[in-house]
Amino acid sequence: MSEATQTAGGVVPPAVEGIRLAKAFGGVQAVDSATFSARPGEVHALVGENGAGKSTLIKLLGGRLRPDAGEVRAAGRKVELHGADDAHALGIWTVFQELTLLPWMTVAENLLIRREPRGRLGLIDRDRMVGEADRVLTWLGIDHIDPRALIEDLSLAQRQMVEIARVIIQDPSTLLLDEPTSSLGEKEVAWLFELIQGLRADGKCIIFTSHRWNEITSIADRITIFRNGAEVGTFTEIDEDRAVTLMTGRQLEAFYPQPPARAHDRAVLEVEELAGEGLRNASLTLHASEILGVGGLAGHGHRELFFSLFGAQAHSGRIVVDGRPARIRSPRDAARLGMALVPEDRKTEGLLLPLSVRANLTLAVLPAVSSLGLIGGARERGLAQGMVDALKIRTPGLGNPVRQLSGGNQQKVLLGRWLLADSRILLLYDVTRGVDVATKHEIYELMMRLAGEGRALLYYSSDAEELAHLCHRVLVMREGRIAAELSAPGITAEDIVTAAVRESRAAD
Amino acid sequence: MPPIDTPAVPPDPTAAAGGRRPRRGKVTHFLGQNVGLVLALVMLVAAIVLYCAVYWAETQSLPGNFELTSTVNNTMPLVLAAIGQSFVVLTRGLDLSIGGTMDLANALAAVHIHDSPGSMVLWSVIVLAIGAGLGLVNGLLVGVGRLQPILATLATLSIYQGIAIKVLPQPGGSIPPVYTSVLVNPFQPYALLYVLLVALVWYAFRRSRIGVAIFAIGNDEQSARANGIDTVRARVTSFTLSGLFAGAAGLFLAATATAGDATTGNGFTLTSIVACVLGGMNLFGGRGSGIGVIAGAFVTTMIVNILFFSNIDPLYQSFYEGLFLVVAVVLSTAIGRFLRRSR
Ligand SMILES: Nc1ncnc2c1ncn2[C@@H]1O[C@H](COP(=O)(O)OP(=O)(O)O)[C@@H](O)[C@H]1O
Ligand SMILES: [Mg+2]
Repeated sequence: MSEATQTAGGVVPPAVEGIRLAKAFGGVQAVDSATFSARPGEVHALVGENGAGKSTLIKLLGGRLRPDAGEVRAAGRKVELHGADDAHALGIWTVFQELTLLPWMTVAENLLIRREPRGRLGLIDRDRMVGEADRVLTWLGIDHIDPRALIEDLSLAQRQMVEIARVIIQDPSTLLLDEPTSSLGEKEVAWLFELIQGLRADGKCIIFTSHRWNEITSIADRITIFRNGAEVGTFTEIDEDRAVTLMTGRQLEAFYPQPPARAHDRAVLEVEELAGEGLRNASLTLHASEILGVGGLAGHGHRELFFSLFGAQAHSGRIVVDGRPARIRSPRDAARLGMALVPEDRKTEGLLLPLSVRANLTLAVLPAVSSLGLIGGARERGLAQGMVDALKIRTPGLGNPVRQLSGGNQQKVLLGRWLLADSRILLLYDVTRGVDVATKHEIYELMMRLAGEGRALLYYSSDAEELAHLCHRVLVMREGRIAAELSAPGITAEDIVTAAVRESRAAD
Repeated sequence: MPPIDTPAVPPDPTAAAGGRRPRRGKVTHFLGQNVGLVLALVMLVAAIVLYCAVYWAETQSLPGNFELTSTVNNTMPLVLAAIGQSFVVLTRGLDLSIGGTMDLANALAAVHIHDSPGSMVLWSVIVLAIGAGLGLVNGLLVGVGRLQPILATLATLSIYQGIAIKVLPQPGGSIPPVYTSVLVNPFQPYALLYVLLVALVWYAFRRSRIGVAIFAIGNDEQSARANGIDTVRARVTSFTLSGLFAGAAGLFLAATATAGDATTGNGFTLTSIVACVLGGMNLFGGRGSGIGVIAGAFVTTMIVNILFFSNIDPLYQSFYEGLFLVVAVVLSTAIGRFLRRSR
């Protein structure tokens, strides 16, 4: 490849380029005459809203998809990629957004798939395979992952790291990473960035997408902004506000809407001494029209609090709904009491991805729209369409499977389902995580509207900034307890973080 | 198909310093990840113990060489059919045509195999090739024609059966005694060697390129494709292997019966699936062990044997067989699920 990287003039051609690429899925023009190029020895960030076409572009460059029009170039030469193997032959390797690990195979089998060490008779030598995988994991500094473990038994972050490791060991000259950090914690992101910096120093080209601005600015040499399937521009320096404007195509003045004034002081949910796994005597009161934030360091019982309230986790303690003691043993019980949970991990909880937007929206109200056991036609469609309009759910149609929607829009479908069921107590668990800026903004506005209608919102976010701006009150959790309560106005993100940390110290 | 990549040079291992985290042992991992297999083996032991008990109650003696020999001989066709089935089950499919392929193999053997070494070898090879060919047809229908496995093989089941009836309209023909004594020796349990051979074939399959591809499809077809695996070829191969094994199963069936019958294979479509389930094969693909399936096949036969010694009215025999199998399947599934969860 060395001859190809130096042209006669001594100029280094881009490692990989897309020239006026186009790709449509049915009626959706995912990539629309997009031009993009990245150089050897640079880290190039690709940013844009969900649905902007970033993943599709990456698949075109990585050989997973073939363009309808335009061309892909590698090291200055036009190439035809008929599959990932063709890209691999050119040193282009991809970590796709939806992981491609095989869940019931071991880490070692996944790391070395199709390159397994072979022994006598050409059969795979499993012990050597495990040994080799172990060396790779150790070399990459992730030896806490056991090469004999099944992928299924790993955490999401560990799976992502295996997926990254699997590509790194191919010694890529161009590395495409599609949202590699979305399931990683801070430590793991640091691990990844160290790897990326090493590769950059070796003259490799790294292209990645992310929604986390501080990550992008901390490592990217250049940033290309994508909107509606095409590039808006490529920058070496750009501040977040301007980037957001370019991504969304409009000014986001007043990014955080004001929470509405609380009209009622009626408690709709009272929780006393809630205890269970990861929860130690948490108590709280939620009022009608209130947005009650829950914050604190990750892993301090937030998830357990939300899932216990929704009956998805065993618990003890007193729960009072609308002044009446309630027993919540299952999500059914909770739903009957008008409660709804929108969790962060929409892939595994709540949504039926292969089913249509319509079916997912009306799932909780099926009895109401059905007659004689048949699922209702026009009425169901009407309800679903109403929700799609009200929540601005971006979907090609009511009949499209939810899988085709972007993350933020999937969140909205789940929220829409509960709104159709007329839930009055909404438990929103980190719903904006991994969601693009514009959709985030829409979700904020929606929250305000729902509170304005008198609904009560319990809102956990891993982003302290959001809590500070959107909530009437914020509860800070620590070790399964409510450690502090902050009241608006005047809450800042620092207050929340400080409360979490100070309380930690005080108790030790 | 592009060439398989050359092996990557793993990064220099000496670069890593410091100690690694302790690992769980190989055996611990194996047991945790092969609950179905372990359960199948436990079930087999339980069935053997129970069999010995009812045998003792009936005859005041323990089963001996004769019982072992006839059990192994009677189970061989099912062992082969079930292993064949498991290749397809691994890809998330089912092969319903196994019974039809066995019938045809059985009929061809009864009509054509004569008492000469040449004829025996030649026709065995021909029958196996035809079995593989019928499997290939299924594979093409499913892999290239994109038909649902159940639909495609349900259709070919009737077709293969029809051909079998054409070849051998009435039960008859004959299998040379030499042939029988080579495949299923009636006096000594030599057929255990074939069981061992099947186990070895599975061992090699599990460690072969095509084995990885077939397991990968059952794990996640899209991911398999993204990993550069030729999923169409792997699927076609899985059906071809299934046909090949069904052909072998038909030969063994003919050898045990010493004559041909173009209808006795029917039941094997169902029992091969049962043996897979008892053996811990996951019907959603991607998980399971052929060793477990062999054990599952033996458990299936043992249940029949146990019922035989339990003085059950022959009229109700198949009712109880079914009942036993259902209980065994439900129990093994439930225990397997419980064990996995508590892991
Ligand atoms: N396989 C597919 N089938 C149908 N539509 C798709 C498919 N993949 C992507 N899309 C659509 O193409 C658009 C761009 O998607 P994508 O490239 O995933 O965006 P991004 O990665 O920037 O969020 C979206 O509207 C999405 O719904
Ligand atoms: Mg994407």
